[in-house]
Formats: sequence, structure tokens, C-alpha cells
Amino acid sequence: MSSFTKAFSSTLGKKLIMGLTGLFLALFLVVHLIGNLQLFKDDGGKAFNEYSYFMTHFMPIKIISYLLYASIVLHAVYALILTLGNKKARTVGYAQYNGAANSTWSSRNMGILGTILLIFIVIHMKTFWAEYHWGGLPYIKYETNLSDASDVKVTPLPYEGKQLVHSQYVDTQNGTEVVVAKDLYKIVNEAFSQPWYVALYVLSMIAMGFHLYHGFQSGFQTLGFDHSKYKPLIDFLGLWVFSIIIPALFAAMPLYFLFK
Amino acid sequence: MSSGNMNLTLKVWRQKNASDKGEFVTYKADSISPDMSFLEMLDVVNERLTKKGQDPIHFDHDCREGICGMCSLYINGRPHGPKRAITTCQLHMRSFKDGETITIEPWRATAFPVIKDLAVDRSAFDRIQQAGGYVSVNTGGVPDANEIPIPKVIADEAFNSATCIQCGACVAACKNASASLFVSAKISQLALLPQGQPERYRRAQAMVAQMDAEGFGSCTNTGACEIECPKEISLTNINRMRRDYFGAKFFKEEEIN
Repeated sequence: MSSFTKAFSSTLGKKLIMGLTGLFLALFLVVHLIGNLQLFKDDGGKAFNEYSYFMTHFMPIKIISYLLYASIVLHAVYALILTLGNKKARTVGYAQYNGAANSTWSSRNMGILGTILLIFIVIHMKTFWAEYHWGGLPYIKYETNLSDASDVKVTPLPYEGKQLVHSQYVDTQNGTEVVVAKDLYKIVNEAFSQPWYVALYVLSMIAMGFHLYHGFQSGFQTLGFDHSKYKPLIDFLGLWVFSIIIPALFAAMPLYFLFK
Repeated sequence: MSSGNMNLTLKVWRQKNASDKGEFVTYKADSISPDMSFLEMLDVVNERLTKKGQDPIHFDHDCREGICGMCSLYINGRPHGPKRAITTCQLHMRSFKDGETITIEPWRATAFPVIKDLAVDRSAFDRIQQAGGYVSVNTGGVPDANEIPIPKVIADEAFNSATCIQCGACVAACKNASASLFVSAKISQLALLPQGQPERYRRAQAMVAQMDAEGFGSCTNTGACEIECPKEISLTNINRMRRDYFGAKFFKEEEIN
């Protein structure tokens, strides 16, 4: 075995994989959130649908997305391997265990929280990601007046099998910029008009908040980053940004569509 | 401060030997002075058991002044009982209420097999120490004091790490039965000082490898160990261990295990 494989098969190394993939996933959340904030734009989904096309067709983003899928899988698989190892390290449990006296609830329930998030990710990707790639998504046409950008005509196109493609051109005769795009916005709108689906999202985001409350600062520790100079910043970001603001804004999206 | 003796009920883990399944046995501990230490209370209970011709409860103890690390006991769901920064011998019965039921269990970890009742075999810690928790020096004349200058903060930090008494409360407290706090304290006390430098990266690799071989769990940074450590060894040690270990594996030539 090489030095690297040996390092990664130790308990510290396995946790290093957890930390690296976990922090990468946390970083992704920031990008994912900023992009999806376009759902709040009242433009018939134009910005969001164009963004969806960009994210699925721009090569560097595509490469990062595969890295992302790999991270989700690695994070889950190593969590399972580590949990099984930890169970083996204590086969006879305590009759009375007062974990609340010495640790946070989040830190003791990362596995349960992570499992909720994994189930959420599967449902989330089935609804949007898989539909966008292979589902029969309808197309929508946006005609923007070139002399007045606020004048946009939105026309949902009839579904015509595989005949439509994403396109963008300038119609000089009518003086408009025409964008024909897959209407993921419509799918989002439909999904988020179902109360049970919205409830699932809100609960999952609460779970994510608790997961990241421990996970964000723990990830840095696992990598060995720990200094009184920047530890307060990591703890601050972990609490306010990653376990409150980001989950709250994500949860606001389905709620916005449900109540608008 | 204390007024009157206490009557307690003890739920004690009894196990004949490592292969026995073990079970909880309930004992009455009547007229216990609140000024007794927890171990003295067990002494009283054992004396009564002995007089009745019963097998006394086995538990580890030695110095009874909080420095040897021998006493253990998982009391009411916490190692060394409900108080911070003390060992079980420093825990007084006034920390409990009259009429209370106290659950007493041994450290639970696969790497710490039960010898009998509440006494567990902590020799896994010794083997980790033997793997690298030392400095190799040629003995010679006594060196002059302050021959090697060490900044005060570093000396203090090393001393804090060196206060680890190897009791195993960190393992007992950890939901993963991880020995990271112990191992990292033993790595840190030498890694911080000039004398520890020649073997620094060899040591980190060897001790972590032995820790894993003993079957301890992995550290998930819950921080339970830091709270329950009778010597208040800080979590920072674990992060220093990680830096030394990853530094050794990824950036140093010397390869161990």
C-alpha cells in the first residue's frame, strides 16, 4: 500500500474524507442558494430557466457537478463505514447515558440527520435533476423587446416530444430577443404547490441546519484547522450562515411558491 | 455543611470475568456520610458485603487523590460522575441526593475488556504509549537548567497535555469509544517540545496506527471527552495530532506502518 492509501484507511484518514467532502458540499450550498434565489424573480422563470441551462451545459460546471455527485456518495459511504467501525468499538452499550451533559444534540445525531438529508437529496434530484435531464419537460418561449427590457412576452410551448431544443436568437423583424428554454420553473412551481412536498422540504432544511451546526466547524477540525485566531470566525459562519441563513433561505423557496 | 447520613440505592454492574455476560445487581447503601468520597462509599458497601459472605464489588483505585488515573466508574451516565474536572476518588457523596438511585457501570469499549465487575483492562493505552509515546535520548551528564530555551506559552501547553493521567474517561465518554484525546495528549506533550522533534512524525504515525489496531472508534469532534476529562485536556490536542499525522503521511519521507 502506498502512503496515501494507508493514510486514508486510518480512522483519521477516513474522517479526512468526510471533512473534505462535507466542506465541499457546504461550499456547494452557497453556490446553489445564490443561483436559486432567481426563483424569487417575478419574470415568468426566465432568469431561472436560463440559469438551469447554463448550469447543465457549461463544461467547467459540469465537471464540478460530477465531483459533487462523487462527494455525496463518498460522504454517505464513509459515514456508513465509520459508523459501523464505531459500533464495533463499543459492542456493549451503557444502560444509562447522559450525552447531553457533555456534547450537543447535533454532534450525537449526525448519522440520523445525514440519513434524512440523503433521502431528501434522492427525492430532490428525482423531482428536478432527473426530470430536467431525462423527463419530458415542456418548453417555454420568452420574447424580450430589444428597446424595452421590461417588456417580456411569455408563451408556454406545447410539448412536442424531442423536437424542441434550447435556443436563443434575435428576431430583427419584431425587434425582440427570443429565448426558448426547458421550463424547469414550471416543474418547481408545480412541486412546491403541494403542501406535503413543501413540508418535506422545510423539515429537511431544519435537519440540514442541525447537521451543519456540528458539521461545518467539525469539518475544519477534522482537517486539523484549529486556532484561537480563526476558530471564532469558523464557529460564527457555522452557526449563522450555514445552520441558520442558508437553510432558512432554502426553506423560503417552497414556502414562497406555496403561498404566492 | 452536611447534615445527616444518606440512604442510597446502587445499581451496580456485576460480571465475573471477561467472558461472563454480566448483569446489574441492586444494593442498598444505607447511612452513607455525605463527606465520604464515592470510593469510600463503595468501601463501606463492600465491607458489608464481605461480612455477609458475599463477593465484594471489584473496582479500580490506587492513589485516591486524583493523580494516578486508576479509578474509573461510569456513574449515572457520565465518566467519573456528575462533576467537572475530577476523578471518582475526588467525587463526594454530597453530590448526590438522599434516596437517589445511582447507576454504576464500567468503561464501555471493546478495547477495554471487563476484567471483573467495574474493573476494565486499559493496557491498550500502554501499548499505544509503547508504540511511540517516548523520546529516545542517550543518558549522559545532567544538562544545565534552561540550556534549551522554551517559550513559556509552549512549556505551559506541553505541561497541560502532560497532565493526562491515562484514566480512559475520554474513551468512556465518547459515543464512538475513540481514544483520540488520550493519544493526542501523549503526542502533543512531546511534539510541542524541542526534545520531541527528532521522532515527532514517526511518533504520530506509530501511535495512531496502534490506536486503530486496538479497535478504538473514530473521533467525530463531539467534544464529550474534553468536558469529561478530569484533567481538562483540550480538544486542541486532537487537532494537533491530525496535523502531525497528515503532515507525516503526506509530506514526510519517514514511513511507519
